[in-house]
Amino acid sequence: MALSGMRGLSVFISDVRNCQNKEQERLRVDKELGNVRTRFKNEKGLSPYEKKKYVWKMLYIYMLGYDVDFGHMEAVSLISAPKYPEKQVGYIVTACLLNENHDFLRLAINTVRNDIIGRNETFQCLALTLVGNIGGREFAESLAADVQKLLISSSCRPLVRKKAALCLLRLYRKNPDVVNVDGWADRMAQLLDERDLGVLTSSMSLLVALVSNNHEAYWSCLPKCVKTLERLARNQDIPQEYTYYGIPSPWLQVKTMRALQYFPTVEDPNTRRSLFEVLQRILMGTDVVKNVNKNNASHAVLFEALALVMHLDAEKEMMSQCVALLGKFIAVREPNIRYLGLENMTRMLMVTDVQDIIKRHQAQIITSLKDPDISIRRRALDLLYGMCDVSNAKDIVEELLQYLSSADFAMREELSLKAAILAEKFAPDLSWYVDVILQLIDKAGDFVSDDIWFRVVQFVTNNEDLQSYAAAKAREYLNKPAIHETMVKVSAYILGEYGHLLARRPGYSPKELFTIIHEKHPTVSTSTIPILLSSYAKILMHTQPPEPELQNQIWTIFNKYESCIDVEIQQRAAEYFALSRKGASLMDILAEMPKFPERQSALIRKAEDAEVDTAEQSAIKLRAQQQMSTALVVTDQRPPNGMPAQPSIGPLSLVKVPSETVDSQNPGDQGLTHPNGVVYKEDPQPPSQDIIGDLLGTLSIEGPPGAVAQSPQSATYEAEGAPSAADAAALVPVGEESGSVQPIGNINERFYALCLKDSGVLYEDPNIQIGIKAEWRAHQGRLVLFLGNKNTASLGSVQALILPPTHLKMELSLVPETIPPRAQVQCPLEVMNLRPSRDVAVLDFSYKFGPTMVNVKLRLPAVLNKFLQPITVSPEEFFPQWRSLSGPPLKLQEVVCI
Amino acid sequence: IVHKLIKLQIHFVLLISRQGKVRLTKWYSPYSQKERSKVIRELSGIVLNRGPKLCNFVEWRGHRVVYRRYAGLYFCMCIDEADNELEVLDIIHHFVEILDRYFGSVCELDLIFNFHKAYYILDEVLIAGEFQESSKRTIIRLLSTHDSMVEMAKEEATSIGNMIAQVTK
Repeated sequence: MALSGMRGLSVFISDVRNCQNKEQERLRVDKELGNVRTRFKNEKGLSPYEKKKYVWKMLYIYMLGYDVDFGHMEAVSLISAPKYPEKQVGYIVTACLLNENHDFLRLAINTVRNDIIGRNETFQCLALTLVGNIGGREFAESLAADVQKLLISSSCRPLVRKKAALCLLRLYRKNPDVVNVDGWADRMAQLLDERDLGVLTSSMSLLVALVSNNHEAYWSCLPKCVKTLERLARNQDIPQEYTYYGIPSPWLQVKTMRALQYFPTVEDPNTRRSLFEVLQRILMGTDVVKNVNKNNASHAVLFEALALVMHLDAEKEMMSQCVALLGKFIAVREPNIRYLGLENMTRMLMVTDVQDIIKRHQAQIITSLKDPDISIRRRALDLLYGMCDVSNAKDIVEELLQYLSSADFAMREELSLKAAILAEKFAPDLSWYVDVILQLIDKAGDFVSDDIWFRVVQFVTNNEDLQSYAAAKAREYLNKPAIHETMVKVSAYILGEYGHLLARRPGYSPKELFTIIHEKHPTVSTSTIPILLSSYAKILMHTQPPEPELQNQIWTIFNKYESCIDVEIQQRAAEYFALSRKGASLMDILAEMPKFPERQSALIRKAEDAEVDTAEQSAIKLRAQQQMSTALVVTDQRPPNGMPAQPSIGPLSLVKVPSETVDSQNPGDQGLTHPNGVVYKEDPQPPSQDIIGDLLGTLSIEGPPGAVAQSPQSATYEAEGAPSAADAAALVPVGEESGSVQPIGNINERFYALCLKDSGVLYEDPNIQIGIKAEWRAHQGRLVLFLGNKNTASLGSVQALILPPTHLKMELSLVPETIPPRAQVQCPLEVMNLRPSRDVAVLDFSYKFGPTMVNVKLRLPAVLNKFLQPITVSPEEFFPQWRSLSGPPLKLQEVVCI
Repeated sequence: IVHKLIKLQIHFVLLISRQGKVRLTKWYSPYSQKERSKVIRELSGIVLNRGPKLCNFVEWRGHRVVYRRYAGLYFCMCIDEADNELEVLDIIHHFVEILDRYFGSVCELDLIFNFHKAYYILDEVLIAGEFQESSKRTIIRLLSTHDSMVEMAKEEATSIGNMIAQVTK
């Protein structure tokens, strides 16, 4: 173990490492900061060594994420120290502590300039590195010319010049208007003849930046790039130390090919021929080998070559070769290659004439949609999206829908959006389109934006032969116990408008339609109520002759909402109520909606806008497809990785009962928070026992180690949910023949525990264990019962009945009659809460083991608190509502002294 | 966080331990301290939870993060979508090989206690987020020259100190 060579620094780092928790660490860091601050105040007494030590400590603290708001001056002042050790520390710490926007940096410009134009090449290197890493506009203004001079100076050694090239690159990228590159084409061409490969590599990076801005000026560099590539890839003419796993500097090869992609084309036939020869050699001469590092390097070169081939619009034959190669890649074991294979196939779609060859790989791509790696699944999704057309839309969209139910939370939004767009763009017939969108809402309602369901309504309204079909579908979905609010909206709308077309079918009488829609009423938020009211008004209008009972029911509802706090609802209720008493005129006013004018889909428009923005340079043209597809996801500012948006600790947090109508939150906002609460964990993996092993173990250059520990969730889950063989053996009493089977553990305690958590054991006896796992979202819940047979014989006559109280709607999936030995069956149970109540649902469970019949009644932990959700209300939202309420019982206030 | 970035090869380098501790950070695009913490938090959440046999790339906020695990330490570099992922993976490994040669079988503790050295080694591999030198030998030679300059200065300081001490005796 090597120590830092500075005792004080090592001691401090050890102290921080030994802190047991974040709080201790903060205390230790604060103490150190106090100490450093005091020492800096009495600066006179500081030796260079001490000064160095303190700024390192500051950097360490800053690196750990703490704010360090002093001492910048000390760090910057070390830059002007005369000796190398202090100067080096000054440069490195300044480059980490400050960024281009810091004013302090200005103080250093003069010193830095002196070092750059001075004779000491070590100092030149330090200064160039600093400017390269954090130099801003002012540095560009005062230093660019000096840096340019160094780069082309014949008296400078390569170690200075390569740094000058990258330093110039940064200054130019940040401020192309400040750095004067007139006449640099010749200089660059000269630099490409450079024998030192360090200088050549840096110069090539600089060339990429210059060419990407203005390729016209640098035509003379093009043949040189091809020469360089030939030299590396064909002749392997390169010193041994510049090969990496036997491959001539893959970095230089990649950069050279990158630079070539910024030229629109290669006109000179000889150069073009040489270039294609090299590319052909790279494409065909690269094999997947055992050594992972060699693979990475050779394929880095290969994929860049592919990109260049695509850019150059090679002959069809070479393109098909490329697609064949990619087809091979997407099926290999090596995950990196699979990933890049899919990604490059997506880019390939931009090239004409190859779509049909790519389609041949559709089955393999669909398999990748189920890859264990989310990165690969994302690429597969993008590719499927890109390759979809009328010929394969049905297959692809249906795959996407199927995948939606099992897809990661993080991908659902993107998936649903893409499925919706494809369904609309390529629908072979309209009823299929309606099916797709309704399935989409059903499976991923939270991710279906209003745009999507508006669009389906437009289609149905404009196509008469679709109307009764859509109404029947909507009616089907309403039968389900728990449906997404968006589904309530779209079904209510369609049934109100077109339900009467099916009036003769059983189950479609106005009364029945009203009942099934109104059943959802207690669960919806304010944004849906107006749609329901319109739907009721329409049903009423279509009921000819009027049915007094239905009329009264609906009028009661209108009456109730006439005093609603929401203006929209109030107005509709009042108007519909008045209109519905006018008889015939109601018919005119509530007549069927006219057709919508044809318009472009908002979704597709969004997608196309994004495409225009990104299509800029020729080299980027190839990437446009891919950027377009990700741009779609950006329509909403939700983080794409499944993290919860913000913990909701607002100034006022209210507890929201779902059936209340104060909900102004967009239902989509609930999307990414995990159904039952916390997703983010401070420390993703508990510290393992072999920390020391990690610290002392070498970083194993040969390759990453194998398995990591199983994730904690799945471990606990198994412990709780599934009985292990050992448990069962220990617990089954020998010779138990008849008599009652006694539960293991206290049933009541188990129930109370489950009221507060979402997974655990509900019931256990010597024969069976019933585990439960639940997810809650607003007024809905999904429980899974895990029925585990602990015996070596089957359990028979298994029956599970749910006895729900009136406020809960529950649906238990089929429970098998027998549970095989040592097996566990899962039975999902859907729950929907219709109104608040303290009643509890009961599971009546029975089974037969041998001659013994066991029957237990278990309370299910679907209790009120599971349906509560915190919401955040800002003072601006809260107080107007609060003030608009008039005294008790709506408004009660009490001041409590603590 | 990343919207304002200009084209750069590598936006930042992160070394995070398996327990989520930060071992080294280097930012080539300007991020505030608050943004940095957020980036580290988000990325450790994503990267540390990935299984062993997956690819070395994750997609994050419209960018790609290339990472690789060595024993208990994760090396991560953030690049643009259009950049060459494998090339950056090669940079990571190249950096690790140089650390290994410099420290002699490098381990996490070497980097913890010598984070300052890790910084100047990184400065020889990357400038402005761009790759600088593919010859490990050239870099190692340079590093040892610098180290001996520091040593010489130290000796000089001691001998001058001794001389002064003798004169003022």
